[in-house]
Amino acid sequence: MKGNDYIIEFKNICKSFGDKCVLNDVSISVKQGEFLTLLGPSGCGKTTLLRMLAGFGSPDSGQILINGTDITDVPPHERPVNTVFQRYALFPHLDVYDNIAFGLKLQKVPVNEIDTKVRKVLKMVSMTDYEDRDVESLSGGQQQRVAIARAIVNQPKVLLLDEPLAALDLKMRKDMQIELKEMHRKLGITFIYVTHDQEEALTLSDTIVVMNEGKIQQIGSPTDIYNEPQNSFVADFIGESNILNGKMVKDRLVEFVGHEFECVDEGFGEDVAVDVVVRPEDIYIMNRLEGSQLSAKVKSCTFKGVHYEMFVDTDKGYELMIQDYNAFEPGSEVGLFIKPADIQVMHKERTCNTFEGEIVDESHVKFLENTFECPEGHGLEAGDKVKIEVTFASVELIDHPEEGMLAGEVHFLLYKGDHYHLTILTDDGDHLWVDTNDVWDKGDLVGINIAPKDIKLVKYND
Amino acid sequence: MTKRSTWALPYAIFLVLFVALPLILIILYAFQDGSGNFTFANFTKFFRDADAIGTFALSLEVAIENTAICILLGYPAAWILANKKLNKSAVTIVLFIMPMWINALMRTLATAELFHMLGVQLGKGTLLVGMVYDYLPFMIYPIYNILDRMDKSYAEAAADLGATPWQVFWKVQVPLSMPGVISGVMMVFMPTVSTFAISEFLTNNKIKLFGTIIQENINSSMWNYGAALSLVMLVIIGITSLLQDNKKEVSGGIV
Amino acid sequence: MKRFFAQCYIWLLLIVLYAPIVFIAVFSFTESKVLGNWTGFSTKLYTNLFTGDMQGTGSLMSAIENTLVIALVAAAVSTVLGTIAAIGLHNMRGRGKQAISFLNNIPMLNPDIITGVSLFLLFVFLHVSQGYMTVILAHITFCTPYVVLSVLPKLTQMNPNIYEAALDLGATPFQALRKVLLPLLKPGMISGFILAFTMSLDDFAVTFFTRGTIGLDTLSTYIYTDARKGGLTPELRPMITIMFLGILLLLIVINLRKIRNSNKAE
Repeated sequence: MKGNDYIIEFKNICKSFGDKCVLNDVSISVKQGEFLTLLGPSGCGKTTLLRMLAGFGSPDSGQILINGTDITDVPPHERPVNTVFQRYALFPHLDVYDNIAFGLKLQKVPVNEIDTKVRKVLKMVSMTDYEDRDVESLSGGQQQRVAIARAIVNQPKVLLLDEPLAALDLKMRKDMQIELKEMHRKLGITFIYVTHDQEEALTLSDTIVVMNEGKIQQIGSPTDIYNEPQNSFVADFIGESNILNGKMVKDRLVEFVGHEFECVDEGFGEDVAVDVVVRPEDIYIMNRLEGSQLSAKVKSCTFKGVHYEMFVDTDKGYELMIQDYNAFEPGSEVGLFIKPADIQVMHKERTCNTFEGEIVDESHVKFLENTFECPEGHGLEAGDKVKIEVTFASVELIDHPEEGMLAGEVHFLLYKGDHYHLTILTDDGDHLWVDTNDVWDKGDLVGINIAPKDIKLVKYND
Repeated sequence: MTKRSTWALPYAIFLVLFVALPLILIILYAFQDGSGNFTFANFTKFFRDADAIGTFALSLEVAIENTAICILLGYPAAWILANKKLNKSAVTIVLFIMPMWINALMRTLATAELFHMLGVQLGKGTLLVGMVYDYLPFMIYPIYNILDRMDKSYAEAAADLGATPWQVFWKVQVPLSMPGVISGVMMVFMPTVSTFAISEFLTNNKIKLFGTIIQENINSSMWNYGAALSLVMLVIIGITSLLQDNKKEVSGGIV
Repeated sequence: MKRFFAQCYIWLLLIVLYAPIVFIAVFSFTESKVLGNWTGFSTKLYTNLFTGDMQGTGSLMSAIENTLVIALVAAAVSTVLGTIAAIGLHNMRGRGKQAISFLNNIPMLNPDIITGVSLFLLFVFLHVSQGYMTVILAHITFCTPYVVLSVLPKLTQMNPNIYEAALDLGATPFQALRKVLLPLLKPGMISGFILAFTMSLDDFAVTFFTRGTIGLDTLSTYIYTDARKGGLTPELRPMITIMFLGILLLLIVINLRKIRNSNKAE
């Protein structure tokens, strides 16, 4: 095990609460001195993972190593890590000094040494002269500093930070980000940081781990993650982006928004459906059409401080978001141009819904814990196992959950230029993907219908 | 905006009439003799009366002992009840709360009868045991409440900083649960120091407590002396209330 | 293992705590005049209690009736008075609010005997003859603070714009109160009422000092006099058993509802 320079290794961590899987085969290796951020929306498993490292909660399977030693079963107080907790968890019955000295006193460090250390760390977080203050009388930012001081005074090998800036206002958050980065440089220890704020992650980290629904979506440096998202979730979660359905015509040539574009990607094969990501600042917008790849009409233009944000309708009816330093009047005809290197082509995770099912009779099939009518003449026996395919566009969503064959909730949505791509979580906990032109919001309760003609049965070979 | 602040007026008048005025009357009567003249005689009488002083001291002693026993027995119980790992069922919690809802005299009577049947000699021993029976739930409930609501992250932060489970308990959870203990002390000490019926039942009138003396004096129309004794008790209560923090936990929410 | 010892401790404590009541309940099913003397199973004490076929029944039955009437009236008046006061208090600032809050806390902090003696002196001072009326007034005095403290948190938790939203949508102040404010305060009022009701049922000392000499008895004062006479009226045994079971049932219902509600919230 020894011989690599990883200070922390998560190996194939799985964890479920009840029948909800919160971590699904997560493996991460962290280098000594690295600033690593676990980034994802709430409920993605990032905090659970961090808490496991601190010793609160153990994985159902998998291992956690620190310096090559398995610490999966070591209790929290014996682990060489310290945590800055969400909402800080400063002890209200102790003053600032005693909060910071708490860990040192437990280690029976001599009193004068405690004193020197506490004062040094207070200076480091610019809280000198606050020793005797009651922690509840401090502002959020000050409590934050004390929480950091309390953790780093113990000289941990790894500092864990669980959304430490979430409770601060924007201005303070920005200042603290800079200070944290500076502190990381000075201390030279490993930081593991949990946040749902993508901007914070991009600013602070050496490495970002993007997580969603208990799975790692992508691991990489901030620039990698931003410029080369590996799937539409990452592209949507990090920064603003236009995510579009596309087709890889051949190597270095991709088709989307009804046009063919040169790109730099190879090896996808020919005529393969893909997702295409173009960042809004990577679309060049101009008043003339010569030299442009396609024409468009400006729909709206909003000043955003540094730049203008515009929505345009392309000649083939797709909506794109563009950011530019120049404003273009709504209604004006413009030309657009995208450089090959700015087009990010990604494999599609799926091209239609597929379910496991079982034939009930000549015209009925059972899947998603429900019986659906299906086209007759499939020639299969009742009880035969089949694969069911349903295209994204043929799933119908209705307002009233109780009127659908299935009920569910809009879980995630993605605008794809001319339609929405929704992820629906059914009441039974299954996922369904739907393309629709109707506008839904995250969290909407919906009914789901699938017409018999849209259910395609695929026989298993064996 | 609206004049809804005036809505408190009827209650304010009610409070002045039925809370403030009666307390002022206690003070007034305490410093008067039977014919309404100002005097300290009621107090000098009390301080010179060895019996009365003895009873007063005994009342304090019993109340302190009862409170201490209730903490010793009640804290571990509250701790176990609030700990999800040690106690999963809500039934035990309800069972501990329930006696608080039952008429105290009935419970005391039942206890006294049980002693009687078991042939235990009624006296100070039975008085203490009976009072613990009566007041233990009032100690457990506020401590349980505060432990149950305590933010888990304090214990986690302590463990994270290197505290063993035992250290987490003594250095973090016990100090943080002190407001609950203080509420419990108020709910146990105050009624025990002032009770009269309960002590009469539990000792078959063998041992008099301070409350009994007040009651006897009031009932035999010695209002001024009774008021003076009440004032002495009020002072004790006042001192005890100082224990309680300004940001006190209201522990009334049983429903 | 730790869990086993913990559970042992808890149940041991509960067994000891409930022993007297269980003992009373067991002996409510025998006719013996003396407790602890089992003379065979019988429900005679229960039938006696309900048909009133016993010595001195009249006074026990009327004591029960008095207890319930006083508790109901006191709880109802306290709920109305306390809710109105809470709304007023919530809209007050500064000294007045502090003063009322301070006075409101006194009956809760004061031992019963002090409340009883002080009210006794008040009625003597005002030359009010003591009886039903004074007992009810006294009960309202120590019950209302609990209602105020049950209703106030509901007001502070409430979005302050809710009342204004109702006015904005065209409700008169009275309509806004009736259709918006009161429904939102209802849970607090109900728990205040229940608290007041049980406080009143439980009271002994305050009633003892304010009932005068007209021979008015509530259950508590009846038991007190009865016990001092020496020997418990046997019919009190089924009485205690029934009250115990009634409260057990009430608490089970309340807690089941609470658990079901919190399940729904998840």
